[in-house]
Amino acid sequence: MTVETTELKLPSRVEAIDEAATAVGGLVARWGIGEEAAFGIDMAVREALANAVIHGNKLDETRLVEINVKSSLDALEISVHDQGQGFNPGTISDPTKEENILKSSGRGIFFMRNFFDKVDWSISPEGGTTVRMIKRRANR
Amino acid sequence: MAELNIAERQAGDVTVLDMKGKITIGEGSVALRTAVRRMLEEGKKKILLNLAGVGYIDSSGIGELVSSYTAIEKDGGQLKLLNLTQKLQDLLTITKLLTVFDVYEAESEALNGFK
Repeated sequence: MTVETTELKLPSRVEAIDEAATAVGGLVARWGIGEEAAFGIDMAVREALANAVIHGNKLDETRLVEINVKSSLDALEISVHDQGQGFNPGTISDPTKEENILKSSGRGIFFMRNFFDKVDWSISPEGGTTVRMIKRRANR
Repeated sequence: MAELNIAERQAGDVTVLDMKGKITIGEGSVALRTAVRRMLEEGKKKILLNLAGVGYIDSSGIGELVSSYTAIEKDGGQLKLLNLTQKLQDLLTITKLLTVFDVYEAESEALNGFK
Protein backbone atom coordinates (compact mmCIF):
# COMPACT_ATOMS: atom_id res chain seq x y z
CA MET A 1 0.00 0.00 0.00
CA THR A 2 1.33 3.42 -0.90
CA VAL A 3 2.01 5.66 2.04
CA GLU A 4 2.82 9.30 1.44
CA THR A 5 4.75 11.08 4.16
CA THR A 6 5.27 14.80 4.49
CA GLU A 7 7.25 16.56 7.20
CA LEU A 8 6.91 20.19 8.17
CA LYS A 9 8.58 22.30 10.84
CA LEU A 10 7.45 25.52 12.40
CA PRO A 11 8.95 27.93 14.90
CA SER A 12 7.18 28.25 18.24
CA ARG A 13 5.21 31.38 17.43
CA VAL A 14 1.42 31.69 17.55
CA GLU A 15 1.50 33.39 14.13
CA ALA A 16 3.12 30.30 12.59
CA ILE A 17 0.19 28.06 13.50
CA ASP A 18 -2.10 29.32 10.75
CA GLU A 19 0.47 28.87 8.00
CA ALA A 20 1.36 25.33 9.13
CA ALA A 21 -2.29 24.33 9.54
CA THR A 22 -3.06 25.65 6.06
CA ALA A 23 -0.22 23.54 4.63
CA VAL A 24 -1.54 20.45 6.44
CA GLY A 25 -5.02 21.31 5.16
CA GLY A 26 -3.70 21.10 1.61
CA LEU A 27 -2.36 17.60 2.26
CA VAL A 28 -5.65 16.56 3.86
CA ALA A 29 -7.56 17.85 0.84
CA ARG A 30 -5.35 15.77 -1.46
CA TRP A 31 -6.14 12.72 0.64
CA GLY A 32 -9.78 13.34 -0.28
CA ILE A 33 -12.33 13.90 2.44
CA GLY A 34 -15.69 15.62 2.91
CA GLU A 35 -15.92 19.27 3.84
CA GLU A 36 -17.26 18.60 7.34
CA ALA A 37 -14.57 16.07 8.24
CA ALA A 38 -11.90 18.37 6.78
CA PHE A 39 -13.13 21.18 9.04
CA GLY A 40 -12.80 18.92 12.09
CA ILE A 41 -9.33 17.74 11.09
CA ASP A 42 -8.19 21.32 10.50
CA MET A 43 -9.50 22.40 13.87
CA ALA A 44 -7.87 19.47 15.68
CA VAL A 45 -4.54 20.11 13.94
CA ARG A 46 -4.65 23.77 14.98
CA GLU A 47 -5.35 22.72 18.57
CA ALA A 48 -2.44 20.26 18.53
CA LEU A 49 -0.12 22.90 17.07
CA ALA A 50 -1.25 25.49 19.64
CA ASN A 51 -0.61 23.01 22.46
CA ALA A 52 2.88 22.26 21.10
CA VAL A 53 3.80 25.91 20.55
CA ILE A 54 2.38 27.29 23.78
CA HIS A 55 2.34 24.52 26.38
CA GLY A 56 5.11 22.32 24.97
CA ASN A 57 7.71 24.75 23.67
CA LYS A 58 6.50 27.66 25.83
CA LEU A 59 6.72 30.05 22.85
CA ASP A 60 10.50 29.60 22.77
CA GLU A 61 11.26 30.37 19.11
CA THR A 62 14.51 28.44 19.24
CA ARG A 63 12.45 25.28 19.69
CA LEU A 64 10.73 23.79 16.68
CA VAL A 65 7.45 21.97 16.31
CA GLU A 66 7.58 19.08 13.84
CA ILE A 67 4.55 17.86 11.96
CA ASN A 68 4.43 14.54 10.20
CA VAL A 69 1.53 13.71 7.91
CA LYS A 70 1.19 10.12 6.66
CA SER A 71 -1.59 9.26 4.30
CA SER A 72 -2.53 5.87 2.97
CA LEU A 73 -5.62 4.64 1.19
CA ASP A 74 -7.40 3.89 4.44
CA ALA A 75 -6.05 6.27 7.01
CA LEU A 76 -4.56 9.64 7.68
CA GLU A 77 -2.05 9.95 10.52
CA ILE A 78 -0.88 13.35 11.74
CA SER A 79 1.80 13.61 14.42
CA VAL A 80 2.88 16.82 16.15
CA HIS A 81 6.11 16.77 18.10
CA ASP A 82 7.32 19.46 20.47
CA GLN A 83 10.52 19.87 22.48
CA GLY A 84 8.86 20.49 25.82
CA GLN A 85 8.94 18.79 29.18
CA GLY A 86 6.31 16.15 28.46
CA PHE A 87 2.61 15.97 28.94
CA ASN A 88 0.24 13.64 30.75
CA PRO A 89 -3.17 13.59 29.02
CA GLY A 90 -4.61 11.90 32.09
CA THR A 91 -4.50 15.24 33.88
CA ILE A 92 -7.01 16.78 31.45
CA SER A 93 -10.55 16.82 32.77
CA ASP A 94 -13.70 16.46 30.69
CA PRO A 95 -14.73 20.01 29.70
CA THR A 96 -18.35 18.96 29.18
CA LYS A 97 -18.85 18.02 32.83
CA GLU A 98 -20.96 20.43 34.81
CA GLU A 99 -18.10 21.43 37.12
CA ASN A 100 -15.88 22.29 34.12
CA ILE A 101 -18.36 23.79 31.69
CA LEU A 102 -17.58 27.40 32.64
CA LYS A 103 -13.81 26.98 32.53
CA SER A 104 -12.14 29.10 29.89
CA SER A 105 -9.65 26.42 28.82
CA GLY A 106 -9.36 22.66 28.42
CA ARG A 107 -11.33 22.14 25.20
CA GLY A 108 -8.48 21.73 22.71
CA ILE A 109 -7.79 18.08 23.47
CA PHE A 110 -11.52 17.43 23.61
CA PHE A 111 -11.80 18.66 20.00
CA MET A 112 -8.79 16.58 18.93
CA ARG A 113 -10.40 13.45 20.37
CA ASN A 114 -13.76 14.38 18.90
CA PHE A 115 -12.58 14.90 15.33
CA PHE A 116 -10.07 12.05 15.02
CA ASP A 117 -10.72 8.33 15.53
CA LYS A 118 -7.67 7.81 17.69
CA VAL A 119 -5.41 10.20 19.58
CA ASP A 120 -2.43 9.16 21.69
CA TRP A 121 0.60 10.79 23.25
CA SER A 122 4.15 9.60 23.75
CA ILE A 123 7.13 11.14 25.46
CA SER A 124 10.46 10.72 23.63
CA PRO A 125 13.52 9.56 25.58
CA GLU A 126 15.38 12.53 24.03
CA GLY A 127 12.66 14.84 25.34
CA GLY A 128 9.50 16.30 23.91
CA THR A 129 5.98 15.07 23.43
CA THR A 130 4.43 13.63 20.31
CA VAL A 131 0.70 13.61 19.81
CA ARG A 132 -0.48 11.22 17.10
CA MET A 133 -3.94 11.60 15.60
CA ILE A 134 -5.41 9.00 13.27
CA LYS A 135 -8.42 9.42 11.01
CA ARG A 136 -9.71 6.35 9.25
CA ARG A 137 -11.47 6.80 5.98
CA ALA A 138 -15.19 6.17 6.28
CA ASN A 139 -16.56 2.92 4.76
CA ARG A 140 -15.39 2.62 1.21
CA MET B 1 -6.64 43.59 8.14
CA ALA B 2 -7.19 42.63 11.76
CA GLU B 3 -8.03 39.02 12.50
CA LEU B 4 -11.27 40.11 14.18
CA ASN B 5 -13.12 43.35 13.53
CA ILE B 6 -15.67 44.44 16.11
CA ALA B 7 -18.20 47.20 15.41
CA GLU B 8 -20.26 48.53 18.29
CA ARG B 9 -23.79 49.87 18.09
CA GLN B 10 -26.56 50.59 20.58
CA ALA B 11 -30.06 49.12 20.39
CA GLY B 12 -31.92 50.66 23.32
CA ASP B 13 -30.00 49.70 26.42
CA VAL B 14 -28.37 46.73 24.69
CA THR B 15 -24.92 47.03 23.16
CA VAL B 16 -24.59 44.99 20.00
CA LEU B 17 -21.12 43.94 18.92
CA ASP B 18 -21.04 42.98 15.24
CA MET B 19 -18.06 40.71 14.82
CA LYS B 20 -16.30 39.82 11.60
CA GLY B 21 -13.32 37.53 11.19
CA LYS B 22 -11.81 34.77 13.30
CA ILE B 23 -11.86 34.31 17.07
CA THR B 24 -8.72 32.24 17.47
CA ILE B 25 -5.74 32.04 19.76
CA GLY B 26 -3.81 35.30 19.80
CA GLU B 27 -5.21 38.40 18.18
CA GLY B 28 -8.85 37.35 17.74
CA SER B 29 -9.35 36.16 21.32
CA VAL B 30 -7.58 39.21 22.71
CA ALA B 31 -9.77 41.54 20.62
CA LEU B 32 -12.93 39.97 22.03
CA ARG B 33 -11.60 40.11 25.61
CA THR B 34 -10.58 43.76 25.22
CA ALA B 35 -13.96 44.76 23.76
CA VAL B 36 -15.95 43.05 26.52
CA ARG B 37 -13.76 44.55 29.27
CA ARG B 38 -14.22 47.99 27.76
CA MET B 39 -18.00 47.52 27.67
CA LEU B 40 -18.03 46.62 31.36
CA GLU B 41 -15.79 49.57 32.24
CA GLU B 42 -18.24 51.84 30.42
CA GLY B 43 -21.11 50.34 32.41
CA LYS B 44 -22.58 48.55 29.38
CA LYS B 45 -23.82 45.32 30.86
CA LYS B 46 -26.33 44.06 28.31
CA ILE B 47 -24.27 42.73 25.46
CA LEU B 48 -25.36 40.94 22.32
CA LEU B 49 -22.59 39.34 20.27
CA ASN B 50 -23.56 39.14 16.61
CA LEU B 51 -21.42 36.30 15.31
CA ALA B 52 -22.79 36.19 11.76
CA GLY B 53 -19.43 37.27 10.35
CA VAL B 54 -17.34 34.89 12.42
CA GLY B 55 -16.26 32.17 10.06
CA TYR B 56 -13.86 30.39 12.37
CA ILE B 57 -13.36 29.87 16.06
CA ASP B 58 -11.00 27.60 18.00
CA SER B 59 -10.92 26.36 21.59
CA SER B 60 -9.25 29.60 22.66
CA GLY B 61 -12.06 31.62 21.08
CA ILE B 62 -14.70 29.42 22.67
CA GLY B 63 -12.89 29.84 25.99
CA GLU B 64 -13.01 33.60 25.48
CA LEU B 65 -16.77 33.45 24.88
CA VAL B 66 -17.09 31.56 28.18
CA SER B 67 -14.83 34.08 29.97
CA SER B 68 -16.91 36.94 28.55
CA TYR B 69 -20.08 35.26 29.75
CA THR B 70 -18.78 34.71 33.30
CA ALA B 71 -17.26 38.24 33.54
CA ILE B 72 -20.52 39.88 32.41
CA GLU B 73 -22.69 37.71 34.67
CA LYS B 74 -20.39 38.43 37.61
CA ASP B 75 -20.89 42.14 36.96
CA GLY B 76 -24.65 41.68 37.05
CA GLY B 77 -25.02 41.85 33.27
CA GLN B 78 -26.20 39.58 30.50
CA LEU B 79 -24.53 38.19 27.39
CA LYS B 80 -26.45 36.68 24.50
CA LEU B 81 -25.32 35.29 21.17
CA LEU B 82 -26.84 36.03 17.77
CA ASN B 83 -26.50 34.46 14.32
CA LEU B 84 -24.21 31.53 14.98
CA THR B 85 -22.90 29.78 11.91
CA GLN B 86 -23.81 26.11 11.70
CA LYS B 87 -20.23 25.13 12.54
CA LEU B 88 -20.10 27.29 15.66
CA GLN B 89 -23.47 25.91 16.70
CA ASP B 90 -22.11 22.38 16.23
CA LEU B 91 -19.05 23.19 18.37
CA LEU B 92 -21.19 24.65 21.13
CA THR B 93 -23.41 21.57 20.95
CA ILE B 94 -20.60 19.03 21.38
CA THR B 95 -19.05 21.07 24.20
CA LYS B 96 -22.53 21.35 25.81
CA LEU B 97 -22.15 25.12 25.87
CA LEU B 98 -25.48 25.57 24.10
CA THR B 99 -26.95 24.80 27.52
CA VAL B 100 -25.08 27.81 28.91
CA PHE B 101 -25.53 30.50 26.28
CA ASP B 102 -28.76 32.15 25.17
CA VAL B 103 -28.61 31.84 21.39
CA TYR B 104 -30.88 33.63 18.90
CA GLU B 105 -31.37 33.68 15.16
CA ALA B 106 -33.30 36.97 15.00
CA GLU B 107 -31.96 40.19 16.45
CA SER B 108 -35.43 41.41 17.51
CA GLU B 109 -35.95 38.24 19.54
CA ALA B 110 -32.51 38.54 21.10
CA LEU B 111 -33.16 42.16 22.11
CA ASN B 112 -36.51 41.19 23.61
CA GLY B 113 -34.74 38.44 25.55
CA PHE B 114 -32.83 40.94 27.68
CA LYS B 115 -34.47 41.72 31.04
